Amino acid sequence: MKAPEYDLVIRNGRVIDPALGFEQEAVIFVAGGRIAGIVKESKSTKKLLDNYPEDKILDAAGMIVTPGLIDIHVHLREPGREYAETIASGCRAAAGGGFTSVCCMPNTFPVIDNQETVQFVHARAEKADARVYVIGAITKSLKGEELAEIGDLVKAGVVAISDDGNFVQNPELMRRGLEYAKMFHIPIVTHAEDKYLCGEGVMNESFESTRLGMKGRPAVGEVIAILRDIKLCEFVGGRLHVAHVSTAGGVEAIRQAKKAGIHVTAEAAPHHFTLTDDMIGVAFDTNLKVNPPVRTQKDVEAIIEGLVDGTIDCIASDHAPHAEEEKDVEFDKAPSGMLGLQTTLGLVKTQLIDKGYLSWADAVSKLAYNPARIMNLPGGTLNEGAPADITLIDPERKWTFRDKDIKSISRNSPYLGWKFSGKVAFTIAGGRIVYRGE
Amino acid sequence: MSLRSRHLIGLEGVAREEIKLILDTAETFREIIERPIKKVPTLRGLTVLNLFYEPSTRTRISFELAEKRLSADSISFATATSSVKKGESLRDTVQNIEAMKIDMVVVRHSSAGVPYYLTQCLDSNIINGGDGTHEHPTQALLDMFTIRRKYGKLDGLRVILVGDVKHSRVTRSNIWGLKTMGASVAVCGPSTLLPYEVEKFGVDVYTSIEEALDGADVVNIMRIQLERQQAGMFPSQREYTNLWGLTRERLRLLNKNYTVMHPGPMNRGVEITNEVADGDASVILEQVTNGVAVRMAVLYLLSGKKEEETQ
Repeated sequence: MKAPEYDLVIRNGRVIDPALGFEQEAVIFVAGGRIAGIVKESKSTKKLLDNYPEDKILDAAGMIVTPGLIDIHVHLREPGREYAETIASGCRAAAGGGFTSVCCMPNTFPVIDNQETVQFVHARAEKADARVYVIGAITKSLKGEELAEIGDLVKAGVVAISDDGNFVQNPELMRRGLEYAKMFHIPIVTHAEDKYLCGEGVMNESFESTRLGMKGRPAVGEVIAILRDIKLCEFVGGRLHVAHVSTAGGVEAIRQAKKAGIHVTAEAAPHHFTLTDDMIGVAFDTNLKVNPPVRTQKDVEAIIEGLVDGTIDCIASDHAPHAEEEKDVEFDKAPSGMLGLQTTLGLVKTQLIDKGYLSWADAVSKLAYNPARIMNLPGGTLNEGAPADITLIDPERKWTFRDKDIKSISRNSPYLGWKFSGKVAFTIAGGRIVYRGE
Repeated sequence: MSLRSRHLIGLEGVAREEIKLILDTAETFREIIERPIKKVPTLRGLTVLNLFYEPSTRTRISFELAEKRLSADSISFATATSSVKKGESLRDTVQNIEAMKIDMVVVRHSSAGVPYYLTQCLDSNIINGGDGTHEHPTQALLDMFTIRRKYGKLDGLRVILVGDVKHSRVTRSNIWGLKTMGASVAVCGPSTLLPYEVEKFGVDVYTSIEEALDGADVVNIMRIQLERQQAGMFPSQREYTNLWGLTRERLRLLNKNYTVMHPGPMNRGVEITNEVADGDASVILEQVTNGVAVRMAVLYLLSGKKEEETQ
């Protein structure tokens, strides 16, 4: 074997790539920002690598090596709210959480409903620590009144469209959105919460909202919205992706739709398989305020069941930075959303893998392979020729999430002080090490 | 015996002995406010801020009088004339006022959880004067005080809370307090004004006022806000009055020696008829008088309590 020029060689790690059905110790060769090969360690690789320049070799002994993780639901806040997050800071948080690609939502200022704003985001992302794919708006200014110039958006490179944060309340408009997106073979991502049922609510409607005297967002508001969009998708075709499913009823609706062969995919956010509404009354922590809201134990169990049986295809953080002063207000006034990029992997490990619900291979499917498939992105696999986006995880390493660890500009995480197991050791994007764990 | 917390945020979780202590203390102050000279030096030198982010007549005047009769210096804050209009945050507003050296804060706010939030922002003792539709502990305490004065006890009494249960902080505080003190509590109103899973409070739930009143001792009316009708919570005031209005005929279902209560402000002719509001069994004005004594008791018991003294 002739010694070719590799930029990086990762050896001694347990490589998990569900797309290749691969789960064993292996060597990964990286050249030109791409995967140049993935082979089992053998006499010939050993001979080659034992004499290879040390600075090109990454020893992954004891680690899990996976395709770079992909988060298809984040808010990067730029343009418009750079005090809360920028594309650069959000991508640092992504890299710190093991993510090499993110899809950013269009609810910026201005809204990403035009080519110029898409181009602006792409330009800003060029030097960032993660790949940024843009999700454009379904409707102009996210107002739910008329379709955005979706053809133009696609030309500029959006991978999907969504009015995330808002439900497209008018079913006729949503129908047209689905029909129109179908021409471009991109998914339409629905934030499924009926505005009439959920509009003024600040938390899940349950005995907890009754006890605290807070306006509720009932589970049925999500279920109805999901069912409506599934039926529209069944009627006109196209590809529907349900963002952040939070209710048992929502999971069941998607399960039945998949059985019926309707082209729907779904994601769950870590807080919806981790947090419950009875945590809010303890200290009225506005970092627990999120839409859709954290629900009940029964819903948490249903989300996990949906992840286990494949009803829910992927896990996405819904990373939603808000400045400290925006969250340090009355609960009713606080904006909704929490940070997610740096705690997603820890929550998957601690809440799902350690409790026996998912294997590491399942987790990699939900965090890399399936997200890539849903959004039709490169990556999600370590196959030869794929981008050299790779995440190395120290699987049993214990860590505590502290304020100083936060790479976002905002600090609105309800998980500060939480203990996790499973820590990102290295994040590699395009063959470049963008994050090195301590 | 003293209160466990240095704040009064709600009656949920407040122990029977603590409620008894407040009510017993209020008896003393109740005598004082009947005297020709109603002022005692108890809180001399302390400054109390009345922070009212929502309009209030009764509660605000009641607290102000309670403070003055205890010789505290009291200042009142009205959102209409303050920097809140200029966009100052709640934290900045209260921390600026506290920087001028105050000791206690009475707060009324439309958002649930604000009194707790103030305990995290300030060193002062915080008293909840009503937060959103969460709790209004001093109202429930004065309601219990009024009932106890009449019957000599709370144990074993049957109390019915009728009206807009969903949007009522008075209901929630009454439920917690009355249940802790051994009363049996039921709520009654149109199902659209009963909050989700209200039975989990451990109360009986009725939509028929006749069934609710049957065999009860006390009926306390939770006022109907007329804008709820515009929001479609019930079809019309007329229908509300027909189905849930407290009329003389309906009073016959109650036990002998019954009591009619209303925390105010009343919508006469909607939730209660004139003759019931002004009838012999009505203690509505007595509630208002007692409110001053109960608030004096709360201010007195919390005053000077510092972090290290609380358990």
